[in-house]
Amino acid sequence: MVTIYDAKPGLSRRELLKRGGIGALLVISGSAVISPEHAWGLETSALKPETMATLIQMARDIYPHDQVPDKYYAIAVKGHDEQAGKDAAYKAMIEDGIADLDKKSGDGGYRGLGWEDQRVGVLKQIEATPFFQAIRGGLVVSLYNQKEVWPIFGYEGESYSKGGYIARGFNDIEWL
Amino acid sequence: MAASFDLNNDGVVVIIGSGAGGGTLGNELAQKGVDVVILEAGARHEYEDFINDEWGSFAQLAWTDKRTTSGDWRVAKDFPNLPAWIVKSVGGSTTHWAGASLRFQEHEFKTLSTYGKLEGANLLDWPITLAEMEPYYAKAEAKMGVTGTNDWPRLPGNNNFKVLKAGADKLGYKECHTGNMAINSVERDDRNSCQQTGFCFQGCKWGAKWSTLYTEIPKGEATGHLEVRPNAMAIKINHDASGKVTGVVYADKDGKLQEQKARIVAVAGNSIESPRLLLNSASGKFPDGLANSSGQVGKNYMRHTTGSVYAIFDKPVHMYRGTTMAGIIRDEARHDPSRGFVGGYEFETLSLGLPFMAAFLDPGAWGRSFTTALDHYDHMAGLWIVGEDMPRAENRITLHADEKDAHGMPIADVHFDDHPNDTAMRNHAYKQATALYAAVGATRTFPTPPYPSTHNLGTNRMSEKAADGVVNKHGQAHDIKNLFVSDGSQFTTGAAENPTLTIVSLAIRQAGYIAAQMSAKTI
Ligand SMILES: Cc1cc2nc3c(=O)[nH]c(=O)nc-3n(C[C@H](O)[C@H](O)[C@H](O)COP(=O)(O)OP(=O)(O)OC[C@H]3O[C@@H](n4cnc5c(N)ncnc54)[C@H](O)[C@@H]3O)c2cc1C
Ligand code: SF4
Repeated sequence: MVTIYDAKPGLSRRELLKRGGIGALLVISGSAVISPEHAWGLETSALKPETMATLIQMARDIYPHDQVPDKYYAIAVKGHDEQAGKDAAYKAMIEDGIADLDKKSGDGGYRGLGWEDQRVGVLKQIEATPFFQAIRGGLVVSLYNQKEVWPIFGYEGESYSKGGYIARGFNDIEWL
Repeated sequence: MAASFDLNNDGVVVIIGSGAGGGTLGNELAQKGVDVVILEAGARHEYEDFINDEWGSFAQLAWTDKRTTSGDWRVAKDFPNLPAWIVKSVGGSTTHWAGASLRFQEHEFKTLSTYGKLEGANLLDWPITLAEMEPYYAKAEAKMGVTGTNDWPRLPGNNNFKVLKAGADKLGYKECHTGNMAINSVERDDRNSCQQTGFCFQGCKWGAKWSTLYTEIPKGEATGHLEVRPNAMAIKINHDASGKVTGVVYADKDGKLQEQKARIVAVAGNSIESPRLLLNSASGKFPDGLANSSGQVGKNYMRHTTGSVYAIFDKPVHMYRGTTMAGIIRDEARHDPSRGFVGGYEFETLSLGLPFMAAFLDPGAWGRSFTTALDHYDHMAGLWIVGEDMPRAENRITLHADEKDAHGMPIADVHFDDHPNDTAMRNHAYKQATALYAAVGATRTFPTPPYPSTHNLGTNRMSEKAADGVVNKHGQAHDIKNLFVSDGSQFTTGAAENPTLTIVSLAIRQAGYIAAQMSAKTI
């Protein structure tokens, strides 16, 4: 689960990164979503950073892989920020979609729901909306098309430069 | 040296499309000294340029111009603007193809007489028989280097094949092997042998897999009788007052319209684009489109009854290593109506990389039921079902009423509904494949829906009588002597087998016919 802490104003990103020890998984600071523990941050330019943090959580709930770190979900959804910067209608769709998600989730908003099942319950209510479809449709490419995640799934990717698999286990199955 | 012909040269044969049909026909004619211009909508990428990356390769090679869909097939819902996964590039879909090269069975040329009349199916016997096709099949196999023919060894089996074979043995299937593949199992034809790279669908960077791009086309060019003009999108075929075709209007690389004059025109743009072009060439004389007095142009669209079954095991498989289509089971390809359907189907191993698996395993699905399947990607094995589907008049390509492409040509709409026979066959195959993997210890199996069509067939069907179809047994239009169809759209019915070997065999046969008719001055 993605845990988001809102940082006190005035803390610089460097300080936040330094304070990795505080245990926060994701911190929102200014216009950025930061993971002090893993030393990465994502600057937003069009969307609110809170929106981005919710998108990251939503992405994980749509395609949950417990062995895949948040960073890759963040990379997978950051295109929406770029798109929102170019297209006001798109930006409105995302912001309104997230606002609606929060509203349907009760007082603490979407990220306030503790169990994946609770959040999935809310996502099911909006499954048919263009907002959900845009997020899911983009994600199925932007998440799984990251070369860095392939090894996590045991997919080896490009093989021509290594001479194919003719000498690298194309027929190495032993358990049959 | 590759030839270069003048736009006003009206002695050339103009072929539209450089894939399995067009590329082969072009070379065969050039070898006989006939001058040929191939107009190809796509760019020319040589095999060194191919990319071992699924989406990257798709962007490089696939036909992504917009199309629309309708009908009850799931593709219309999941991929409404991508009914087919085929190629726009020199070499056509033979860059993407897996290489499975099977002859049709005798009865598959005679489906109406064998299966009888079937409600909702437009069955018809081909005007040719297997016996007539055999010599051309032999030529095609020799040309393409098909394994298991001509003393060429079959390819070694990869992990995915070994799982398939173990299951086939457990189920008692008898005919299971690594296939008849147009992939070099030994070096031949100045090309490498297969290095088991596992990116057959992305274009073979070793050139081990047959593609017109680096076999037929350079061989044809070397005769000095063939010019391949890339980035040339044919829009309309012109004709004279007598009804003979005279040239092809195309948009060149800058989008400017040109007309290449022609003595003969052969259409080989694959089964969506070929009828689209004939329909778009409607004129005062031919108000329903060229070669369409029967009304059959665009109808009887077939895509094979397909589907996949992936299975997860408790131990690793690494199915993506090695040839994508690494083996076959042929036992279900027979016609045996006791199974509850006419015709038959093949099982062929198939593997997708992680990016395509995510997109195609269960399009639109999300949540843990879906993602736990991908979590075990390296423990997966998979196969593809390819069976005979029923031709239906309502399954058809039409011109969109108002949407047009960049050149102002109406885009194609593809309508498809499964025939009950297709559904019965698919369900049978899902059950058999699930049992097969269970027999080897699968812990979970996935009956995966059909992908956007890779096999597109039947939309300019061949028929004995002019009233029943578009072309005769040589692929020559019933209505117009100097107009030919040279791709899979000629197929009267689809058979259970992958189509390309038959497309290539028909093109070789057609080249002989065209050359003979040209010498006899009948066309
Ligand atoms: C992923 C994949 C795997 C496959 N595996 C197999 C297999 O294992 N075995 C098998 O038998 N078959 C397989 N196929 C199918 C095989 O590729 C096709 O059956 C075959 O290539 C069709 O030949 P064709 O000549 O009809 O069309 P294509 O090979 O598709 O060639 C048509 C060409 O025409 C061009 N064109 C279209 N319209 C125009 C126009 N208006 N102007 C100019 N050019 C135009 C296109 O750009 C294209 O290059 C596979 C296909 C795919 C996509
Ligand atoms: S597996 Fe063989 S045929 Fe397929 S891409 Fe690699 S070398 Fe080519």
